[in-house]
Amino acid sequence: MLRLHNAALGFGDRQLWSGLDLDVAPGEFLAVLGPNGTGKTSLLKTILGEQRLTSGTIEFLGGPVRNGNRRIGYIPQQKLIDGGTPLRARDLVALGINGQRWGLPLSSKAERVRVDELLEAVGATSYANAPIATLSGGEQQRVRVGQSIAADPALLLCDEPLLSLDLAHQRAVSELIDSQRARSNAAVVFVTHDVNPILGMVDRVLYLARGSFRIGTPDEVLTSEVLSDLYGTPVDVFRSRGRIVVVGSDEHDHHDEAA
Amino acid sequence: MLHTGDDWWSHIFDFSNYGELLALVHNSILAGAILGVVGGLIGVFVMTRDMAFAVHGISELSFAGASAALLLGVNVVAGSVAGSLIAALLIGILGARARDRNSIIAVLMPFGLGLGILFLALYTGRSANKFGLLTGQIVAVDDPQLLALLVISVVVIAGLLLMWRPLTFASVDPDVAAARGLPVTGISIAFMVLLGLAVAISIQVVGALLVLSLLVTPAAAAMRVTASPLLTPLLSVAFAVASVVGGIMLALGGGLPISPYVTTISFLIYVVCRIVGARRTPGRAKAAAVESPA
Repeated sequence: MLRLHNAALGFGDRQLWSGLDLDVAPGEFLAVLGPNGTGKTSLLKTILGEQRLTSGTIEFLGGPVRNGNRRIGYIPQQKLIDGGTPLRARDLVALGINGQRWGLPLSSKAERVRVDELLEAVGATSYANAPIATLSGGEQQRVRVGQSIAADPALLLCDEPLLSLDLAHQRAVSELIDSQRARSNAAVVFVTHDVNPILGMVDRVLYLARGSFRIGTPDEVLTSEVLSDLYGTPVDVFRSRGRIVVVGSDEHDHHDEAA
Repeated sequence: MLHTGDDWWSHIFDFSNYGELLALVHNSILAGAILGVVGGLIGVFVMTRDMAFAVHGISELSFAGASAALLLGVNVVAGSVAGSLIAALLIGILGARARDRNSIIAVLMPFGLGLGILFLALYTGRSANKFGLLTGQIVAVDDPQLLALLVISVVVIAGLLLMWRPLTFASVDPDVAAARGLPVTGISIAFMVLLGLAVAISIQVVGALLVLSLLVTPAAAAMRVTASPLLTPLLSVAFAVASVVGGIMLALGGGLPISPYVTTISFLIYVVCRIVGARRTPGRAKAAAVESPA
């Protein structure tokens, strides 16, 4: 359903990645991993039609990608919404249904019913009417999941949705995303710097580093051999109690950091 | 001139011959009510987009435009609109990011104020006109001016109502709004144009220095007591209209500028809302802390 062929993306002289062939099937959970600045978020922007490939082709549901496609749901990085925002949790979800429509923010009966369903699906009913700014990061992120699945998308794009959440909320939010995948057979493209919270759900991994990449199952890609090759420097991958830890990929930044 | 306590007080509040005075200023009251609607509505987005400082910056350039018009003997509203729009567009285009925006405003604001002072210093006409631009002069609204204010207000209100929902989306959640295909940049520029117009007409009432009391305080007060996307603008408009109309009516007798009345009412409403809001929010904050142990 999502197909990139010989795709390349760069800005000016800097090539982020090239020669990317990727075919994402319905219901597939793809994790996009790699250090900062390797074009993970740019890949999402390309799928969203906000960024053009330098070369190659990208297709979604058999057609070219276009900006504003309702069949794609998007969960951005967790940014806390602060005070001075006159919205309640239910209003943020409603924007997922009709936020692109011009005019006054009035919702029809059917839309209000749908908002209630979505809030319940993500377990946010108890704070549906709370001002969004008073919610914790985990609560806000649940509401965002509700917003992103409002139009029953065929593809869910998640850009570090677990960032700065505690472990319990990391698990809860990623399970919400995975259950939506299972329920509607939507594909998930999940950008993250830490694969561990979603390791049990991931079908395949796209690992970007140094302008190059590897695609495969977590077992195929997340090995010392493959990552050492990718980084061009010795990297050790340890597995302990179902967690994966990558050591030595970058002496300064990624020391001891999980893949 | 010596003021006894009584004199001083009657200078602030004097309601003799009130009926006759009221008939004389119905134009001003009408203009004030409409401005209240404009300020209350646009204030909601000024708050959501965190642009209170931008309002202040635009108003100083608007003041420069108005004083240039005064000096050249052309329409003051037109001058103030021109100044406003230039400032609003500069801030909108150059200051997409908050940090850039603040520095651009801080650069523009004193420049605008300086230009305005220069033009006023060169102006040799009535000095009441000069002071009015800074602190308000609505009692002097004549028919053609009223018409100009009305037309601009209708444009701003219609524009806001038309793009209310996408503007909310783009203000609160620009990444997702862009992903959904909303022209986030275009919306933001359109908003700056409306904001420029709103500032320009507010200056006619409360003056350049006090525009915030009409474009920020009412919305800020409303947000203290509600987060409902419908109730917030309604309350904000009610507060703004109460401040302007109430201010004009109180100022009628005294012979002082209306601004202190408007700003004081608007401030008092804010204080009350803050107190009411503070009594409510702790409950929710505590509840959130219990639900989500950090």
